Amino acid sequence: MKIHEYQAKEILRKYGVTVPYGKVAFSGEEAFEIAKEISSKKFVVKAQIHAGGRGKGGGVKLANSPEEVKKIASEMIGMKLVTHQTGPEGKEVKRVLIEEGINIARELYLGVVLDRAKSQYVFMASTEGGVEIEKVAAETPEKIIKEYIDPSLGLSSFQARRISFGLGLSGNTVKKATKFIVSLYRAFIQQDASLAEINPLVITKEGDVVALDAKINFDDNALYRHPEYKDLRDIGEEDPLEVEASKYGLNYIHLDGNVGCMVNGAGLAMSTMDIIKLAGGEPANFLDVGGGASVEAISNGFKIVLSDKRVKGILVNIFGGIVRCDRVARGIIEAAKSIDVDVPMVIRLRGTNAVEGSKLLKESGLSFTVAENFKEAAENVVELINKK
Amino acid sequence: MSILIDKDTRVVVQGITGGEGSFHTPLMVEYGTKVVAGVTPGKGGTKFQGIPVYNTVREAVEREGANASCIFVPPAFAADAIIEAAESGLKVIVCITEGIPTTDMVKTYNYIKDKDLRLIGPNCPGIISPGKCKIGIMPAQIHKEGSIGVISRSGTLTYEAVQQISDAGYGQSTCIGIGGDPVIGSTFIDLLKLFKEDKDTEAVVLIGEIGGTAEEEAAEYIKAEFNKPVVSFIAGQTAPPGRRMGHAGAIIAGGKGTAKEKMEALKNAGIVVCESPAIIGEKLKETLS
Repeated sequence: MKIHEYQAKEILRKYGVTVPYGKVAFSGEEAFEIAKEISSKKFVVKAQIHAGGRGKGGGVKLANSPEEVKKIASEMIGMKLVTHQTGPEGKEVKRVLIEEGINIARELYLGVVLDRAKSQYVFMASTEGGVEIEKVAAETPEKIIKEYIDPSLGLSSFQARRISFGLGLSGNTVKKATKFIVSLYRAFIQQDASLAEINPLVITKEGDVVALDAKINFDDNALYRHPEYKDLRDIGEEDPLEVEASKYGLNYIHLDGNVGCMVNGAGLAMSTMDIIKLAGGEPANFLDVGGGASVEAISNGFKIVLSDKRVKGILVNIFGGIVRCDRVARGIIEAAKSIDVDVPMVIRLRGTNAVEGSKLLKESGLSFTVAENFKEAAENVVELINKK
Repeated sequence: MSILIDKDTRVVVQGITGGEGSFHTPLMVEYGTKVVAGVTPGKGGTKFQGIPVYNTVREAVEREGANASCIFVPPAFAADAIIEAAESGLKVIVCITEGIPTTDMVKTYNYIKDKDLRLIGPNCPGIISPGKCKIGIMPAQIHKEGSIGVISRSGTLTYEAVQQISDAGYGQSTCIGIGGDPVIGSTFIDLLKLFKEDKDTEAVVLIGEIGGTAEEEAAEYIKAEFNKPVVSFIAGQTAPPGRRMGHAGAIIAGGKGTAKEKMEALKNAGIVVCESPAIIGEKLKETLS
């Protein structure tokens, strides 16, 4: 789960991680009021969207007075911000973060992620602040300082010091940075984050250590122990069809193509998208209706897939294991009868009682194309779409 | 022969009286798996379909000689269940549960990693040695006894692959779903090492997917040390970056973990890579003839 920068900074502040003074505003007027509370003579207005690269797209601007903050915020709210992560259509800015300006002396990078190969969390730091860590890792990997964390010990103080000294810090700033790093780790673990990134981490001219930007993602599997996160979710940042699918508990991801697909199991669902592409089509979505492929999940799945007006045909690919294909077929027939399916549909059932299941589909009187072979199923649906 | 489990494996089902546990235990028993005990805290002393239920895994080990576990415990308690199984001395622990928080699994993995045991999963269909033993939720009837090892990060896609392998005329020595989470107990390499030593495994089918670098690491290992043919498929060639494709571990993060990179790594290691998921059986046949 993703959250906004201002939300991440509010969490970090509670853990004693130094962040600039600031608040979120939903209008120019609110921005003006917040700016008046700020003692600094310099202000920053930052667009709050769930995508990186905001600065280059015009989503981060400096101001010298509360009046200027108001003007910039009014212009920014409502604009479509295009960055390398939003796609060409961009994302509408609905809220902005108003912050005090900071006297930047150095820009560094600090992040915590899971190292999957080691199954440990790792702190990564680099002197290349403001640059994407992936770029640093690819071009100058020697500039990245890594500290792996033994989960039974947690982050040790010496590791935090090693990062601080490794970044070339000295004197009192080392103490501040060490405290910053330890606090960030506590926030990361206690909040069940899957990623925390401070880019840039700023050393001010006064020698303070400040999170100029902050990104936190939460582990979806741990949401049950953080009921407060539901208030942090910004549905406006999500695809409306995905929001709808999540209400049904369906695993659905909206894509750009016109071949809808409905599959049981995530791996098979990805493979079905892949084979549609190989057959010359473009998948409209990823949809996993769960290994058991219940009637309810299938019928909700149809509703979601068909709500996407770009969908010109549907491929249903179900592997009946413990749940037999004849039962799945009955479910598909029931669901298809209750919903107006107005695009061609190809269904492939495999596994237990697949023959019986396919027979039921053929005899249902509904206009399904029943396929047996995986490749043919994909080719059939692409052909049917192209014929129209 | 087979790897990890056989006819003599004595299984304790943790969470035997829960929804999943009570559904799948009879199917395992029906297949011939020796389910010798169940564990549900608070229900010790009762029986589930004739199987004795204990409060703790330790009791199941002491009284019934259990040496493997199948875990159906809900996500909030599953990491604890794995640690209990490990601490009680079980050698094979299969965790079916999906949705365990990553921080819990990081702790659990680092606790078990140097112990003399194999954790399979979590978030997996389990392990089956056709004709001998099944620990998990896979449909037994699609499997045949034979000489192909299968290792996969998926569930139903594994069944698809197994069906294709069976249709191509080959049986399986052991099939393992290693799980779709970012932190799992056994990697491709851990199991390839076992297949290497198993004289009845002739070739291995490896099913990977986007996210992480486990396939790249497997490719290096295979090139350097593995002496049997490997046929592979990677799911997610069309997956968009930054999105979790159903499995918690199936995500292209920071441009890394794409299907393309994995397929190239496997090809460079001389491994047969199926471009399409429909030709796994066909490619295996081609490779072995």
